Amino acid sequence: MKVTVNGTAHDVDADAAETLLHLLRERLGLTGTKNACEQGECGSCVVLLDGTPVCSCLVLAGQADGCEVTTIEGVAGPDGQLHPVQQAFIDAGAIQCGFCTPGLVLTVVDLLGHTAAPTDDEVREALAGNLCRCTGYQQVLDAVRLAASPTSGP
Amino acid sequence: MFHQPRSLADALDARAAHPSAVPVAGGTDVLVGVNFGRTRLSSVLDLTRVPELRGHDVGPDDVRVGAGVTYTDLIAALADDLPALAMAARTVGSPPIRNRGTIGGNLGSASPAGDCHPPLLAAGATVETASVRGGRSVPAREFFVGPKRNVLAPDELITAVRIPRISGPQVFTKVGPRNAMVIAVCSFALSLDPARHRVGTGMGSVGPVPLQASGAEHFLEDHLEDSSRWRSREPLGPEVVERFAELVVGTARPIDDVRGTAAYRRHALRVLARRSLVWCWDDYRGGGA
Repeated sequence: MKVTVNGTAHDVDADAAETLLHLLRERLGLTGTKNACEQGECGSCVVLLDGTPVCSCLVLAGQADGCEVTTIEGVAGPDGQLHPVQQAFIDAGAIQCGFCTPGLVLTVVDLLGHTAAPTDDEVREALAGNLCRCTGYQQVLDAVRLAASPTSGP
Repeated sequence: MFHQPRSLADALDARAAHPSAVPVAGGTDVLVGVNFGRTRLSSVLDLTRVPELRGHDVGPDDVRVGAGVTYTDLIAALADDLPALAMAARTVGSPPIRNRGTIGGNLGSASPAGDCHPPLLAAGATVETASVRGGRSVPAREFFVGPKRNVLAPDELITAVRIPRISGPQVFTKVGPRNAMVIAVCSFALSLDPARHRVGTGMGSVGPVPLQASGAEHFLEDHLEDSSRWRSREPLGPEVVERFAELVVGTARPIDDVRGTAAYRRHALRVLARRSLVWCWDDYRGGGA
């Protein structure tokens, strides 16, 4: 199968029952996408599949054949400059252990891509599938507000 | 083997030729079983590339929703035409789950807790299936035959759901420990159809299959008919609401499990039935349809 991850085309053999998460982490070595609940509850494995947030633990690798995948490794600029959402997470103190951060960042990148100035309710709804067990969600909400503010930007 | 047909004809051929291949749409149910070692997936029939399963048609009398339509699509495209089903879709999982999970997958999994099922039962929907032998239409109330079992033959696929459009109020209600990522502890759907003088119900997680409260439907239909209330839109007496809820609960066959006890489910279902009827009737009185 062929899959483009963060702009790079890959030609890989995947097992029929292999998940996209497994393909990313174990075959392509992209371990920024995290493996936690394996049942779509936690959002640690969220990636963008053709621009749509999905739980990569619940997508078969073969279902991504011919698709474009964006993982956390593909969010920063080519020169390594952090994406405004990543910078906002740092500035707002929205990261503690960091395990949930890749999924949260991709979810927020998607949210702000289609809703430039989301209400708090819209943010909470968009993040309903991303669990954080250390900092709590207040700083995450702060980070989204910061990233969405007009003064924030690359 | 990973079969990825690009047309319905190819999908049906593959289904007939490889009956052990597990049909997978969004994967949000099947893959949980695989990840936890409950389902062995040696062969897959991926349905996400079959164009005939996508899209919907809004007709004058009903809406035909392709089996591959996701919850996200349902919410975005059909909230006006199918409000109860759209509300059920909103309560499924979280955004990334709703981006993948499909109405056809919900029916294929046939969980007694499946959120689409109560509104489909309440609306009198039919499930369209196909195989190399031809197609058939199965009323939703005959579709579920046991916990996670449906009437599909080994060579059949679900192609679409046909849902009658109802001019009156309709709601979906659900009880769970939080507002997202919740499998229903119990759920209830109600529709009032003033054009046909019909009451429709559906309930989830209170029996081995999604159930319809026929006795409660008939009671309310008779009451509305005998008291000319479809026309007068007068308030319903509290004893009518109570009797309706009692008949709903009487039809339920809940069990104790990890998500709740049978006693709690009966209690919660009674509350949902009562509220749903009050909300729908208030809506109808307010001039809706």
